[in-house]
This record gives sequence, structure tokens and C-alpha cells, in this order.
Amino acid sequence: MYKLEVQDLHKRYGSHEVLKGVSLAAKAGDVISIIGSSGSGKSTFLRCINLLEQPHSGKILLNNEELKLVANKDGGLKAADPKQLQRMRSRLSMVFQHFNLWSHMSALENVMEAPVHVLGMSKKDALEKAEHYLNKVGVAHRKDAYPAHMSGGEQQRVAIARALAMEPEVMLFDEPTSALDPELVGEVLKVMQDLAQEGRTMVVVTHEMGFAREVSNQLVFLHKGVVEERGCPREVLANPQSERLQQFLSGSLK
Amino acid sequence: MIFDFNVIWNSLPLYLGGVLVTLKILLISLAFGLALAIPLGLMRVSKSPWVNFPAWLYTYVIRGTPMLVQLFLIYYGLAQFEAVRESFLWPYFSSATFCACLAFAINTSAYSAEILAGSLKATPHGEIEAAKAMGMSRSKLYRRILLPSALRRALPQYSNEVIMMLHTTSLASIVTLVDITGAARTVSSQYYLPFEAFITAGLFYLCLTFILVRLFKQAERRWLAYLAPRKA
Repeated sequence: MYKLEVQDLHKRYGSHEVLKGVSLAAKAGDVISIIGSSGSGKSTFLRCINLLEQPHSGKILLNNEELKLVANKDGGLKAADPKQLQRMRSRLSMVFQHFNLWSHMSALENVMEAPVHVLGMSKKDALEKAEHYLNKVGVAHRKDAYPAHMSGGEQQRVAIARALAMEPEVMLFDEPTSALDPELVGEVLKVMQDLAQEGRTMVVVTHEMGFAREVSNQLVFLHKGVVEERGCPREVLANPQSERLQQFLSGSLK
Repeated sequence: MIFDFNVIWNSLPLYLGGVLVTLKILLISLAFGLALAIPLGLMRVSKSPWVNFPAWLYTYVIRGTPMLVQLFLIYYGLAQFEAVRESFLWPYFSSATFCACLAFAINTSAYSAEILAGSLKATPHGEIEAAKAMGMSRSKLYRRILLPSALRRALPQYSNEVIMMLHTTSLASIVTLVDITGAARTVSSQYYLPFEAFITAGLFYLCLTFILVRLFKQAERRWLAYLAPRKA
């Protein structure tokens, strides 16, 4: 049984088709890396999974529960039942490229917010959970700091703690290290590696080839909105079949 | 020129009464004005023209006409209609205090609504997306993320609005109320000492402004700490 299944997703902006039928299936514990050059549609694909972007066709299933979609005015699909979408989003937490922490809340408040106000957890339990996860990602000492007063690496780790506090079924990472200074990338990747080793199900859009090779067990290479190649990361990266992937790797991998 | 301290000293009780009247009018109109400004500000950022337009028209008309004209319309203008004079509202509309508070509340609600709308529009888009991605409903998103952060960011501008309102309350003296300016007018006409009378009024306003500025500084230190530079 799959935790997350995405079937034949299509998405266009105006007449420009950015996703031309992309599918993905993640079993419990899978770590799937999605790579591709900019404009390949990898972030758009990830953002379609929790409907931050509206796909034009396709199916999204979480734990075999299909997200009910209906067409809106301009041909995109929106959730038929907002309650269902909210429930599914709360089980699919996302980590963003630019962290997107709520700037008026301290690190601790950021992590407690959704468990209390979306899941309805008591403040006391949420506080315990928040402290646990902040500790786990190594920023417990910054719990009272505001996002603007933290480094990018600290902010992203707080954002990961915020996603973890929801105890999600699947975690979506949208280029989590792309906005970080090179020396801060390592601390975030380390946290993500630990999560993968715990058996968390993750879908990661990334430019970090090392992470894709060492940590993930599935690799998807997107090019111009289609999956050009997919498979075991070590094999695919060591022995790319398509010309596109060979080109892409020659430019990015040493 | 000799400054007549004696007259001012003897009129102090009149001025202090005026301070209370000024503060009363200010607080009542700010409270109602802000309560009205929050829904109006939310309407002003709506994408639906049916919601946005009425709020736009309201703030456009109120901000487009002078405060004094609005006050005269409510205090003198409405009394012209028999229907108003005979309705159960007449005890209210015949009261200068009520009319002044109403006019000021309407006026400040329009300005505050625009301040809030601007602040709402400036919410970083990523923070809204994060709230959606966590599964927040629309109403939660507004209650927990958009309004708390927008109200905070509106504080510095709103403090300006409050100080402007303090000074605007001086118009209440024109509709017979004895606020600080009203007290000064009384003193001025009784003793024919306009300079002493109005300079004293000015000093009272200056003190009140000073206190308001301090209060808002405190509020900003508390609620806008996240925008301040990091402390060492």
C-alpha cells in the first residue's frame, strides 16, 4: 500500500504546459528525490500535491484516500471539500525553500501553532511536542527567538520542527537548502538524513546530488514536465540512460 | 507683553474638566472606530468586488470630505428632518457628545481601515502559504496569522492616526462641548486673553501627545519586537 500516490498530473500556465503527466508513488519510509533543472516543473509538481498550485488533471491519494477535485472557472482543479483538503494538508506537511516561518511568532510559537489550532491539541501537549522537536533538530536553545533574529539554517530547522510537530504521514521538502549559505546547508541536510533514517516518508525537491544519492531510495529526474528517468539513485546517477540526464549531471555533479 | 498666570491658574479646573472631555471623546471614538475598521479593512482586501466596493466607497467618501463638514451634517444636518426629531434616536442625535463621538468614530474608522488594509496586503505571501500548507481553514488563517501580524505592523501608522484624532477632537468645541479647546474658548472670551487661553490649551495637547507617543513606543517594543534589530 502506498502512503502517497500521485497519478498523471498535468498543469499548465496559460497555454504553457509545465507538467505533462507526472506520477509518483511513495511507500512508508520511502525517500524520493526529485531533481531537474530550473523550469523542469519539479517545484510546481510538489506544490500541486498539497494544492498550493491547482493541477489541471490527475489524481492525488494519501493513504488510499483520494482527494476529491472539481474544476474551477479557469480549468484548474480545486478541492471539492475544503475540510478534506485541510485534513490532508495537515497530514502532508511542507518545508519551503524560504522557510516561511510566521515572522511575528517565536520559534516555539511557530512550532506550537498548527498542532494547537489545526489539530486541536492542548497547549501543554503542544508545548512538550514543540520542545521535543526543536531539540531534535538542534535549535532548542533558540526557542524564544523570532525568525528574523535567526540564521537561515536555524530558521529552516525550526521550519522542519514545525512540519514534524504535525506528525505528518508524508513530508514534502521544496528545495529546503537552496536559500542557504553553503556552510549552513550541511546542518539542514544532516537533520533530513536523520529523519530519513527514522523511516519517515519524504518527497524532496533538491539540487543536492549528494543527498539524492546517499539518502533517498528513489530518484525522479524531471525534464520539461515529464519524468525522463527514475529509479534507484545510485544506479541512475552512476549510469544515466537519457541524454538529458547526462547533460544535467555533467553540469552539476563532480 | 505680560502673561496673565493668575487667570490661567484660576481656570485650571475648567481646563482639567476639558481634558476629561477630550479623553472621553477620544477613547470612545477610537474604540468604536477600530471595531469598525477591522471588518472594513478585511473587506478592502477582498478580491470580490461585491465585498470590496462598499468598503472602498465608504473610505473614499469619508476620507474625501472634511471632518468638520461630517460633524456639521450629523449634528445640525440630521436635526432638520422631522423623522429624525421624532424617532427614538432623537435623544442621541440631539446630544452633542453623541454626535461628536459618532462623527469621529466614523472618520477614524475609514482611515484606520485603509491603514489595516495596507498592512494586510503587505503580509509576506510565504507565511500565508505556510498556513495553508499546515491545513488552516480560511477563518483560522485570518484569525491566527493575517490579522495578528497585520495589526502589529499597522501600529506605527495607527499611532499617527490616534494623535491626529486627539487633535481632531478639538472640533468638538464647535458643537458646544467644553473639551480642552472649549475651555480655552471660554477663558478667551471671558477675560479677552486669547493668547494665554490657547497657549495653555496647546500645552495640554502637547502633554497628551507626549503620553500617547510613549504608550505607543511601549506597545511597539512589546508587539513589534520581531521587527527590531537583534539584541546582542
